[in-house]
Amino acid sequence: MAVTDTGQTGAGAKKPSPLFKNLTAKIAAIPMIMTALVVFIGCTLWTIYHSFTKSRLLPAPEKWVGLENYERLWSENRWIVSIENLAIYGACSLILSLTIGFILAALLDRKIRFENTIRTIILYPFALSFVVTGLVWQWILNPQLGLQNVVRSWGWETFTFDPINNADIVIYGILIAGIWQGSGFVMVLLLAGMRGIDEDVWKASRVEGIPAWKTYIFIVIPMMRPVFVTALVIISAGIIKVYDLVVAQTSGGPGIASEVPAKYVIEKMFTSQNLGLGFAASTMMLLSVLVVLIPWAYLEFGGKKNG
Amino acid sequence: MVDATVNAQSGPRGPKPKRVISSTNIIIYGTLFVVCLYYLLPLYVMIVTSLKGMPEIRLGNIFGPPVEVTFEPWVKAWSEACTGINCEGLSRGFWNSVWILVPSVIISIAIASVNGYALANWRFKGSEVFFTILIFGAFIPYQVMIYPIVIILRESGEGITWFLRLFNEDASAFRLMGSLSGLVIVHTIFGMPILTLLFRNYFTSVPEELFKAARVDGAGFWGIYFRIMLPMSLPIFVVAMILQVTGIWNDFLFGVIYTKPETYPMTVQLNNIVNSVQGVKEYNVNMAATLLTGLVPLVIYFASGKLFVRGIAAGAVKG
Repeated sequence: MAVTDTGQTGAGAKKPSPLFKNLTAKIAAIPMIMTALVVFIGCTLWTIYHSFTKSRLLPAPEKWVGLENYERLWSENRWIVSIENLAIYGACSLILSLTIGFILAALLDRKIRFENTIRTIILYPFALSFVVTGLVWQWILNPQLGLQNVVRSWGWETFTFDPINNADIVIYGILIAGIWQGSGFVMVLLLAGMRGIDEDVWKASRVEGIPAWKTYIFIVIPMMRPVFVTALVIISAGIIKVYDLVVAQTSGGPGIASEVPAKYVIEKMFTSQNLGLGFAASTMMLLSVLVVLIPWAYLEFGGKKNG
Repeated sequence: MVDATVNAQSGPRGPKPKRVISSTNIIIYGTLFVVCLYYLLPLYVMIVTSLKGMPEIRLGNIFGPPVEVTFEPWVKAWSEACTGINCEGLSRGFWNSVWILVPSVIISIAIASVNGYALANWRFKGSEVFFTILIFGAFIPYQVMIYPIVIILRESGEGITWFLRLFNEDASAFRLMGSLSGLVIVHTIFGMPILTLLFRNYFTSVPEELFKAARVDGAGFWGIYFRIMLPMSLPIFVVAMILQVTGIWNDFLFGVIYTKPETYPMTVQLNNIVNSVQGVKEYNVNMAATLLTGLVPLVIYFASGKLFVRGIAAGAVKG
């Protein structure tokens, strides 16, 4: 991220006022500055502030209520279910997509033929939207006509796999779809990291007679730490945002069994007009992103000053 | 990490593999074959289901090829499928999506490329601070910012109406909330972090001498941008376009919130058609509709090949 400082040398010797230096550039950057200040900082602070007020439907007289919204939020069963689902989905999705992504990347890294074709096939779901992904898997997992029916018709009469209508496993049905959609992306990311590793490492391990799988686990993975961290941050940010996949595949059902926080927030804000709860819930989402983001930013930029 | 992505595109290195059928090779190719089947399965199911008639679907095997190929579901999905009382099919959503897509892509790329150019070549005091905020902003869940943006759009729509009526008393009310132009603004805002990063990194890699020579010749901010930077950075514009077209086409959340039923983009309409509770479920029509919605990003993906990979890899190195 080295940036050359040409702008300042080009500005010339006479400085009328520091404010007017590079004036065109400043004017051209107004959309960026406005987005950063008004949307990313302003709107975020606005939401956080209003999560402490009693606002059912704006504009209305706001009344500071402290943590009341948060207390109500955490006593609501639907929110607890959402959080549990997010925890299960998040943990499984992180572990599975990193494992699958790494294994696939390692296989593609073995100097195989048709590498481009295989990569194209594995990555194509990533180009599809979550809505399409959710609807396809809803159809494949359809209990009467889908996968379950086919396996039963093969002779395994008692085969039961119905993650669309069974509240206990519905989140795993969404997980299958999510992994299908996103693991190709993780693979591409990790493959790029793998290709960045010095070829000499492989030569050395071959000379020493270390088997390939051992080289991957004990040498390649530790060397790829930065790529793994990047992948981890991106996957986590995606997990917290998961919304349209659930809406399309199960609509949060059966009952509230597959609710997720992102969906909870939207419904509180726009369907049940319970803004205070919606703001509190979205602030909790922000908090969980910060839990991931701050340590990462500290690791990534800790040594350097400012980005 | 940027270097690493370049390596990924250059394909495998080293000597050609020896043509031996070893047990390792069988395992590797066997595994990859099974994996590819798994990834292709949903696409296959979508295609065969959309070509079957309903009686065949009710009887048969979801994985079986169609006995009698029919294109009726496609026609129905495009022009007759119902959402609520409206039975115009997906075509309306398609055209809405196109009208959202074209201005959003153009405006967001225009603004982000100028931002990236200013950040790379015309740094000013505080520019890096704004850029850092922008990048961190990309990680803030949209849910946190969605409601204040609704208010901003509503209020500025009213502000513009008031302004227009200063000149013309009968000017019709100008609306940003619930209109396509509002959604274009939202897409421009939320596409900005990744696109700005993309362009900034690219323009930083342009040799400084070029820039200095142009400065000596008296070219200004816009002169250098239009005559030097723009012509030599067409590849990165294509990458940005691929990124934005697939991203905006696949968007669901903003479509639901910032538009109204008449202006719903294709993804929202698709979801409403398939998940509508009334009527008999026509799985073949549903799958044809799903495939139609996925077609645009799929075509772009298969046509663009490595540029798509480059786009998402650039997106991956956020920060």
